[in-house]
Amino acid sequence: MNGVTVSAKVNGDAVQYVCPADESLLDVLRNRLNLTGVKEGCGTGDCGACSITLDGRLVCACLVLGAEAEGREIGTVEGLSEGGKLHPLQEEFIEKAALQCGICTPGFLVAAKSLLERNPNPTEEEIRYALAGNLCRCTGYDKIVRAVQSAAKIMRRGKKAAR
Amino acid sequence: MVALTYHAPDSLEEAVQLLSTARQPVKVLSGGTDLIIQMQGLTQDERLVVDVKKIPGMRAADWSDDHLRLGPSMSCSQFTKRQDIQAVFPGLVEAAYLIGSTQVQGRASLGGNLCNASPAADTIPALIVNRAVCLIQGPNGTRRVNVEDFLTGVGKQCLASDELLVAIEVPKPAARTSDAYLRFIPRTEMDIAVAGAAVSVTLDDDGVCSNARVAIGAVAPTAILVPSAAEALIGTKLDDDALHAAAAASSQAANPISDRRGTVEFRRHVVGVLTKRAAKIAANRVGAV
Repeated sequence: MNGVTVSAKVNGDAVQYVCPADESLLDVLRNRLNLTGVKEGCGTGDCGACSITLDGRLVCACLVLGAEAEGREIGTVEGLSEGGKLHPLQEEFIEKAALQCGICTPGFLVAAKSLLERNPNPTEEEIRYALAGNLCRCTGYDKIVRAVQSAAKIMRRGKKAAR
Repeated sequence: MVALTYHAPDSLEEAVQLLSTARQPVKVLSGGTDLIIQMQGLTQDERLVVDVKKIPGMRAADWSDDHLRLGPSMSCSQFTKRQDIQAVFPGLVEAAYLIGSTQVQGRASLGGNLCNASPAADTIPALIVNRAVCLIQGPNGTRRVNVEDFLTGVGKQCLASDELLVAIEVPKPAARTSDAYLRFIPRTEMDIAVAGAAVSVTLDDDGVCSNARVAIGAVAPTAILVPSAAEALIGTKLDDDALHAAAAASSQAANPISDRRGTVEFRRHVVGVLTKRAAKIAANRVGAV
C-alpha cells in the first residue's frame, strides 16, 4: 500500500491521517475520522450527498482524494452546530419537515450554508439553482426550499440584531 | 480503483520529470471530476497520479498586455467569479458556469475540461472562438497548439505521455468584439450538452460584422471550428438571411451521432438554431460594451 500521510483541518480542528493514495476524502471522513454525517449516494459527483467545503468551496467529497487534503480546511455538516445549538438551517429543516429518509440532508445543509454565505437573500430560483447538485428522492424539494428561505430570513434578522 | 501512487509536485520541472520517468501509466490530476470516476472503473495496473494544483500559476488567471493567461487547474467556480474575465469573455464564462453542479464547479477545471476531450465539453467551443492557445511543456521545452488543433478525437488530445498542459492563453479581443455560448439540454441544469455553439463577433461602428468565429460542440468527435458559418456572418449586419446562412453552415458542418440524448437529425438542426441565437447574443453584447 502506498500510504499518504495527511495533515488537515476539519471543522476547525487539526487532524492527521494515513490513507491509501486511491482513497476518496469521503471514505477518509467516514471511516478514518468517524464523521459519518457525510453520505455516499452515487460516488460519481451527481447526487451531492457527500457535499463538504474544501477551503470554503463547496465540493463533492467523493470526487476528492484523501491525499489531496494536505494543508486544506474541510467543513462538514458536523461543523454546523455551535456549542450544541443547531444552526438555523438545521432548525428550519426540522421545523418545516424538509427531510424524510435523511440521507440527502447533510449534503443539502452544507450546500445551503455555502449558498447563504455567498448570498444571504437568495430568490427561490437562486436556491433551486444552487441546490440542483443535491438530489432528494423523498421530499420533492419544496419543503427544502421553504426551509432554506426561512433560515435565510432568520439569519438576516440575527445579523441585523447583532449590529 | 487501481493501486495509485500520488505525487503533488510544487514545480513544473519536477512534474515534467515525474511524467517522463514514470514506469507506470501516468494520470495528471486537476479537479478530478472526470479522472477520479474514470479510475474507479479500472481494476488492473498501477498508476501514478500527478496532482498539478500545487505548481505555481496552475490555478491563477493573469492578464498581460495582449492576452489572458489561464492556469489550467483553476476551478470553474474560481473562474466564473472573476468579473474582469466576464467583462471581456462573457461567453467563455457562461460556458464554465454550465458545467455540472455548484459542487462539481468547485473542483472541475478548464484545463481538465480541455484535456478530458469530451465531444460535449462546454468550455471548448468558447475557447476555440476566442482563439485560445494551449501551452504545452515537455522534457525538451514548450510548444503552442491552438485549441481546435489540440483535440484529436473522442477523449483524445495531442499531449504526449511526458507532456503537460501548463497554460491556456486567450488573446485580448479586438475592440467591439464579444462572444456567447449556448447549449441544448432537456433539463434546466446538471446535464450534458446535446448540442452546443459558441460565436464570437466583431462589429464595426456601423454594426457590420467585420470578423467572426463559430465553433460547435457535441455534434462531432471533437468540438470543431466552422469557418463557413463565420463567413456567412462577415460583411453583414447579422440580418435574418445572414443568420440563416450561418445556421445552415453549422448544420452542414455537424457530423453527429444518434444516442439516447438526441438523434442525428435533431442535433444537426439544433446546432444551427444555437449558432443563430448565439450570434445574436454576442452581437447584442458588443452593443452593450
